[in-house]
Amino acid sequence: MFRDISFGQYYPASSPVHRLDPRIKLILTVLYIVTIFFIETYFSYLVTFVFLIVVILLSRVPMLSVLKSVKGVIFLVLFASVLNLFFVKTGEVIYEKQITSVWHFMITWDGVHNSIKLTLRLILLIAGASIITLTTTPMRLTDGVESLLKPLKLVKFPVHDVAIIMSIALRFIPTLLEETNKIINAQKARGASFDTGGIFKRAKAMLPILIPLFVSAFRRADELAFALDSRCYNATEKRTKMKKLKMHFSDLVATLITAGYATVIFLDRYYFMGLDHMFFPEVF
Amino acid sequence: MAVIEVKNLSYVYSKKTPYEKKALDNVSFEINEGEFFGIVGATGSGKSTLISHFNVLNKPQTGSVKVLGMDCSEKKNFLAVRFGVGMVFQYPEYQLFEDTVAKDVAFGPKNMKLPKEEIDRRVKESLDLVGLPYEVYGERSPFELSGGEKRRAAIAGVIAMEPKILVLDEVAAGLDPEGRDEILKLIKRLQKEKCPTIVLISHNMDDIAALSDRILVMANGKIELLDTPKEVFKNVKKMTDLGLGLPTATGMQVELASRGVKFDDVCVTFDELASQIEKIKAGGNGYVS
Repeated sequence: MFRDISFGQYYPASSPVHRLDPRIKLILTVLYIVTIFFIETYFSYLVTFVFLIVVILLSRVPMLSVLKSVKGVIFLVLFASVLNLFFVKTGEVIYEKQITSVWHFMITWDGVHNSIKLTLRLILLIAGASIITLTTTPMRLTDGVESLLKPLKLVKFPVHDVAIIMSIALRFIPTLLEETNKIINAQKARGASFDTGGIFKRAKAMLPILIPLFVSAFRRADELAFALDSRCYNATEKRTKMKKLKMHFSDLVATLITAGYATVIFLDRYYFMGLDHMFFPEVF
Repeated sequence: MAVIEVKNLSYVYSKKTPYEKKALDNVSFEINEGEFFGIVGATGSGKSTLISHFNVLNKPQTGSVKVLGMDCSEKKNFLAVRFGVGMVFQYPEYQLFEDTVAKDVAFGPKNMKLPKEEIDRRVKESLDLVGLPYEVYGERSPFELSGGEKRRAAIAGVIAMEPKILVLDEVAAGLDPEGRDEILKLIKRLQKEKCPTIVLISHNMDDIAALSDRILVMANGKIELLDTPKEVFKNVKKMTDLGLGLPTATGMQVELASRGVKFDDVCVTFDELASQIEKIKAGGNGYVS
């Protein structure tokens, strides 16, 4: 049932993208996400698409794994774009109809472009963001977050505690998924069915899974706390790392490539005022 | 008559990913009605995957599984198969969820859509059977029971469905010796009174040897041996190499044999070993030296 969840699942492989410093990957992912929100033209989407494909190919993660993480949110994306299609009222009108005195139904070219762009934006966003979790182990990811948040220590923000909480949370996702699977199987074996009946009946059918799951999550948390205590774990002490993060030449190259990509997008928007007119003159 | 027929069954986890793992590899065998069927194998040998097929929690990928004459590949049979096969998983106490023991035991029968009186009868009967009398334990919360009691309550939840076949996965794991003895006694009683066919997975060779009619030995998703306990534990070297070991009685026998005592037959229980030694003493002809 939950085996197909791929978002956030590390895909083991040896690739330049896997070897990048997690801090650089985090920063570049943020840069990528910010850049995507500045895209205005189809030309920029094309550039983003090519950039993403190149990164995926370099990372040696199969295209299917990336698509799987997109699959999870496809309903949301389609819902948002359909709303856009119906509620944008500017631009050249394609179809209109007065349904009631207050509801004036119309579809415009602006609406069509908006919803296509929204769909592209969300898909590229999620596909791009999933690459970092697909190519970075949770441990390295938290190390990266901890290192990036270090400046906050100046204002007494408990950076290390947040990092350890995050790494524990990430560590327990697969464990709890496995546990959920076991409980589902046990209840199924007692004849429980989770996919029949109305919404209330289905929600009620989840109880036999959720209650044992919570019980065992609390039990595990207790045991973990004991284990940490018994090894004298103390988050406030100055702790050293077994695997220190180090920057390499490849990190510089990755930064330059991503910065180059972002520059193209910003130039397209602010310098050329949208290159679509040049590349697709018959459409615009 | 065979109640479970497994033919050329193979199963692969996480196909076409780097996590791909072959759990079952062309497995075929039959379990007969009224049989006590033991399954042993090292961790990761495919035992749990195999038994999850008996209850269609995994659909056969290749090959076929027939339970009580019903094909496990057909969707219309799923529920009937699940009601026909009672499954007690490892640490079954983690599946308890209701606010009283009686309600939790009633979960299975309720899913079978039985009439209320029948459900009540079964709840009382199965709680009494596992040694948690309904009057004392029925209205208590399952979460305040002790570990052994919780486990018995969970088992009651399965046998209240009155399955024809009972499958038990490591049912005595993590219990103290007394709890373990009680559970094993309970299983013997269940076979007599409720469900004649029992499949038991265990890492404890003593339990398996004493209880089983036949033993299936698995390694790396394949069947290594399938025979009576005596025939299986004759393969002393093989069982040791597989990391499974021998029943304590057989181990002692091997040890005695290496010091010159001659036995006519393999012993898998202490009773057998004792009577063999009696015989040797009486006859006085067992010693080499």
